[in-house]
Amino acid sequence: MSKVILEMKNIHKRFPGVYALKDVNFELQAGEVHGVLGENGAGKSTLMKVLGGIYKVDDGEIYIEGQKIAIHDVEDSQNAGVSIIHQELVLVPHMSVAENIFSGREPTGRFGFIKKEEMLEKAQRLLDFFHLDINASQLVCKLNIAEQQMVEVARAISFNSKILVMDEPTSSLTEKEVRFLFATIQNLKSQGVGIIYISHRMSELFRITDRITVMRDGQYISTKMTNQTNVNELISLMVGRELTSYYHKISHGLGENALEVKELTRRGVFSNINFNLREGEILGFSGLVGAGRSEIMKSIFGLDRFDSGEIYIRGKEVTIKSPNDAMNFGIALVPENRKDEGLIMKGQVGYNMTLRILNQFIKFINVNTAHENQIISTYVKKLGIRTSSTLQLISNLSGGNQQKVVIAKWLAAKPQILILDEPTRGVDVNAKAEIYEIMNRLAQEGVAIIMISSELPEIINMSDRVIVVRNGSIAGMLKREEFSQERIMHMATGGIS
Amino acid sequence: MLKVITNNTANFFKKIGFDIVEFIKENFGILIGFAVLCVALSIISPAFLTESNILNILRQVSTNANLALGMTLVIIICGIDLSVGSIVALSGTVTGGLIAFSNVPITAAVFAGILVGTLAGVFNGVMVAYTGIPSFIVTLAMLNIARGAAYVYTGGQPIRVMNEDFNVIGAGYLGAIPLPVIYSFIFLLLTAIILNKTKLGRHIYAVGGNKEAARFTGIKIKQIEIFVYTFSGFLAAFSGVVLAARMFSGQPTVGNGFELDAIAAVVLGGTSMTGGIGKIGGTLIGVLVIGVLNNGLNLLNINSFWQLIIKGIVILAAVYVDMMKKRKEAQV
Repeated sequence: MSKVILEMKNIHKRFPGVYALKDVNFELQAGEVHGVLGENGAGKSTLMKVLGGIYKVDDGEIYIEGQKIAIHDVEDSQNAGVSIIHQELVLVPHMSVAENIFSGREPTGRFGFIKKEEMLEKAQRLLDFFHLDINASQLVCKLNIAEQQMVEVARAISFNSKILVMDEPTSSLTEKEVRFLFATIQNLKSQGVGIIYISHRMSELFRITDRITVMRDGQYISTKMTNQTNVNELISLMVGRELTSYYHKISHGLGENALEVKELTRRGVFSNINFNLREGEILGFSGLVGAGRSEIMKSIFGLDRFDSGEIYIRGKEVTIKSPNDAMNFGIALVPENRKDEGLIMKGQVGYNMTLRILNQFIKFINVNTAHENQIISTYVKKLGIRTSSTLQLISNLSGGNQQKVVIAKWLAAKPQILILDEPTRGVDVNAKAEIYEIMNRLAQEGVAIIMISSELPEIINMSDRVIVVRNGSIAGMLKREEFSQERIMHMATGGIS
Repeated sequence: MLKVITNNTANFFKKIGFDIVEFIKENFGILIGFAVLCVALSIISPAFLTESNILNILRQVSTNANLALGMTLVIIICGIDLSVGSIVALSGTVTGGLIAFSNVPITAAVFAGILVGTLAGVFNGVMVAYTGIPSFIVTLAMLNIARGAAYVYTGGQPIRVMNEDFNVIGAGYLGAIPLPVIYSFIFLLLTAIILNKTKLGRHIYAVGGNKEAARFTGIKIKQIEIFVYTFSGFLAAFSGVVLAARMFSGQPTVGNGFELDAIAAVVLGGTSMTGGIGKIGGTLIGVLVIGVLNNGLNLLNINSFWQLIIKGIVILAAVYVDMMKKRKEAQV
């Protein structure tokens, strides 16, 4: 192969309390498609944000075509020939294709007026060059997702980029559209553009890439020639970490069926979901971000509608149309994102904790403050929430303690079925251990628990069984004795095991 | 007299879960401003600190107080109600018209006027809750619709209602205190109780603070929204009838711009325009500041054109100081 156009050497990036990138090395050649692979949070996106000038490196060097360059902001990165197509499209829907391609760099005449004809013509030439059947004067909102993606590509290329980064470009594309995108990528390759291709999808990586670099926990692990590696090797590189010791699972006998879901389908989101959950069981839900795990739970909890399927609670079929219905059946859902979905950040600790159970101490206009305080202090003690006072604003608590408040809010409602969506995201190690302890205790008391988690060690250590979700369907179910990081990752990514 | 009023007020507040220390801490800036304003006015104008002037101020602020109470709830849930001024006119003219044109008994006419205005509030609430049209737009439309309806019903002319029994509703006294002041006081208690003492109140803060979290909690957001706009409409309608009674006439032009004074009072009182934060005590102070300012500028014979400019500057300055204070607290 030919010359190296990008070299990133010994890149370090720290965020408060975490090492996001630790001594990462990466190399890209002209005319190469280089895949980057890793679990959620492995550092892929952070690395690309460093390259794109969104984050500043703490330490390390970047060379483009042999020249050492300093990237301070997005403009530096663009001037150096780097274009990034983010996962979420950033086109302006009610502007034309041409306007989107040249936005911010419109060709202008003497008085600063935009030369519309010239812009259209340039844009059309660019689109034709890639054999794209798109009219430059069309509004972006009239295009389908794949076409919009192509416009992003055209826009990126119009900067004369030598390096093109694509972050999960196929996540919203159909197979036909993927083929279309890959043809474009081949075309760019032959022009000598270097392409960094980030994806979880094994089959795609093997179809389109020349080399694959694996990252894990913010570190560079290895780079393999695509035609000399296989899914098994890549997966073991991705997950090959030690299981840490602060997890401990207490096993005990399971009770009756608490929840059973049959053929649950929400068109376009998930389909034919079947599973059961027993009293005292912790059922892990694994899968890649966006696989549809949270959406399934939201439908069960009555937040979103579903199109077909049945839900049984303790053997009886039930109709759940709202969170209140779900709560009446003893279901609680601790949401994924505590700041957006779990807490009233402007409110106090006690206020947040009791918002679900006001009936227990407010009768019309009579607030039983003593009872209220007693409930609050019980849960503060039970969950070990560290706060100076229950009147403290929730925003002044650490992430771990905030998370415990959200859990307390739902435990106070005394659920028999508890759904935890990423219960330890963004909390420190101690708080994590405490949350696991709470889960163990609840399970022992007979509460049936569903835990969605993107952290494999957590899933493996805490669950009695694991269900793996891929693209809105259940890809498989594993019993505790069958658990391994590799097997789960195979199912989640669709690799052949 | 004044002392009796304030003492009683403080006692009542305690009963409805009002913490005086917290209140002073939260509204420290504006309370200082208010005190300075009062001291300055009583030095400059001997007419200021008299019983009759104080009762006069209280009566003058009573309409704005009612509107601001409703507006406080609306702003806490992250909305705005621009229609209250027009609802004041609509309910006043409907009541006036029913008495003067249709010889409807006074009680029935009063009830009908309040009902019409309240329904306008219900309409606002339903539109906001079910269509997703921003409250600014919904209530802007209602501002025009209610005002237009008042003009259509009256043919654009004031309706004279020379009826003493009706007039008493707005111009009467309970002891030495004007009835409108009594009404406002009752509404003040009612609103404070709703916010501080009920499930509804806590749900209102939750909807304003984080609608998505409220949804996950199972709070019936639509019901809360409809209640809040209905309550605001009711208070405006009630104020409109009282105002019509006091003026012996239902006037279609009355209440123009009242919504802006109400918003100003709420904002002066420290309620956050981004929702989720707000206290009735703060709104009360906001109402009094605007009332005393109007009264003082009148006593000082400053012409009404200049009064507007001064009022604008005071609002801007007060809210700026408050924001600075809160930003500092947030950094600690």
